[in-house]
Amino acid sequence: MKRSGLVWLSLALLLIVAAVLSLSLGAAPIDPMDVALALLSRLPGLSGLDPGLTSGQHVVIFELRLPRLALALLVGAALSVAGVVMQAFFQNPMAAPSIIGISSGASFGATVAVVSGAGIGVAGLGAVPVAAFAGALLATAVVYLLSRRGGSTPVGVLLLTGVAMGSLMSALAALVLITGQDPTRRDLDQVVYWMLGSVAGRTWTHVLVVLPYVAIAGGFTWAFGRDLNVLSLGDDTAHYLGLNVEQVRLMLLALSSLLTAAAVAVSGVVGFVGLVVPHLMRIIVGPDHRTLLPASALAGAALVVLADVVARTVAAPTEIPVGIITSLLGAPFFLYLLHRRREYAI
Amino acid sequence: MGKPVLAARNLHCGYDDFAVIRGVDLDLLEGEFLGLIGPNGSGKTTLLRALTGRLRPTSGDVLLDGRPIAQIPRREVARRLAVVPQISSPPFEFTVREIVAMGRSPHLGRLQAEGPQDQQAVEAAMALTGISGLSSRPVTELSGGEYQRVVIARALAQEAPLMLLDEPAAHLDIGHQVEIFDLLLRLNRGEERSILCVSHDLNLAARYCDRLIAVSDGAITAAGTPSDILTAEFVGSLYGCEVRVDADPGGHIVVTPLSRELDGVGAR
Repeated sequence: MKRSGLVWLSLALLLIVAAVLSLSLGAAPIDPMDVALALLSRLPGLSGLDPGLTSGQHVVIFELRLPRLALALLVGAALSVAGVVMQAFFQNPMAAPSIIGISSGASFGATVAVVSGAGIGVAGLGAVPVAAFAGALLATAVVYLLSRRGGSTPVGVLLLTGVAMGSLMSALAALVLITGQDPTRRDLDQVVYWMLGSVAGRTWTHVLVVLPYVAIAGGFTWAFGRDLNVLSLGDDTAHYLGLNVEQVRLMLLALSSLLTAAAVAVSGVVGFVGLVVPHLMRIIVGPDHRTLLPASALAGAALVVLADVVARTVAAPTEIPVGIITSLLGAPFFLYLLHRRREYAI
Repeated sequence: MGKPVLAARNLHCGYDDFAVIRGVDLDLLEGEFLGLIGPNGSGKTTLLRALTGRLRPTSGDVLLDGRPIAQIPRREVARRLAVVPQISSPPFEFTVREIVAMGRSPHLGRLQAEGPQDQQAVEAAMALTGISGLSSRPVTELSGGEYQRVVIARALAQEAPLMLLDEPAAHLDIGHQVEIFDLLLRLNRGEERSILCVSHDLNLAARYCDRLIAVSDGAITAAGTPSDILTAEFVGSLYGCEVRVDADPGGHIVVTPLSRELDGVGAR
């Protein structure tokens, strides 16, 4: 009990520190203490704490950085929870949205919606997550059907199927973007954005579009915590313990695709978050999904926020897509995990 | 022995076009300790999977308490019938206690936490199988025999009156084999649990089971008390080798396979 209290406290602190850093750092740095006070002064009864920032600084904090922070939080939490679900779904700890092509599937769906003129308005943006969901669902279903071998999913088959699926979906997404737009201004920036993942220039509109998806799908997923525990022991055992395996699998497929799609629809493919975070959290809080899911959501949120801080400060004034930072961290970690598992047949 | 609690009626099952179980009729009677024997590939595990409702029969019925098992909600089945499958290593590092506690899931609602009754069932199951001391160990660090006992404890925590086990002693040394079969016998006699157990060890099966059913090539070839069916002639034809059947000083059946090299017998 004491240890788990410490874990939750640390995760909350990490998230707060990440958030304050994210609001302070950037092209125009603002003192973190001023940021904290400005935030607190918005709370009822605490208006006396207002540090007296300029109106320009106010705009930077509340209109530019805060929505970006909120979006990074949501993307990190959604991808991490989706990763946890997929690992139990495939009964395989190497599964994750970006590794087995699900993110690319979502990205393909989203680009089709964008190019076919869905635009950036709220209604149009609403179509993007739906199309991303369809793409993610398609990719997950194909990878699942092709990589099952007699009731289990061998690591090698899963990863190879996922690699092929990811390449196919990325190629289709790039094709759609390059050929589908106005031929006088074929926009490679868009391709880069969808392939590499970025939360730059995001507004409150984007946040409000994905928030319900992430909140509802995340809440449902948490309610499936015990089912995920049982399912991770294998289909037969899950069945013997009273789980309606096919029904729960369909539900989890939908939930993890929805979470991935919500993240991809507003940020493109931010890689490796869904692999790294569940692994680290499993070491810290254990594999029980009832605690693993919320812990991964918090840690994933903090990770993407911090990665975004690095992305916009390390080469300032140039912004690096946040997906490059997460991949720089995540890919070596993935290789390390594969190396450690070398005793397993591929 | 009471009424049949689990029954197969003209059961046929298979994978794709290949029939594995061909017309099996079988009754597990209330309070019975029933053994299922037969050579590798005879269809024992497939039959067990069909009896648990995991595998859909191509024709015929499996009846749990007289009702077709496919029509009973899964959670209700799991409260009546616990299964110990052949063990495979888990992908995640759950602790022993966490694995055993999963046996309570058919008794708990989706958002319901474990209550005192559940804790008690888990502790009792671990105590009975002698794994209380391993409670907080990750199952990935256990030996095959230890993990086998964890899986049995999980089935016990289900508190189901029927237990189906697929070679529960396969990974155990003789000391632990006897311990597990003694435990099953106590559950059978003391708590009147009905037990169906697949076993390759004929001597253990003969010793502990009330009745044996022999399966060969997907059909039942004999059923009866161990002393009725474990004759040298029948066992020899079932497994395709010469055997000697003796009584040990206590009067228990001992089946010994004979060697072509050492005993100079011919193949059958």
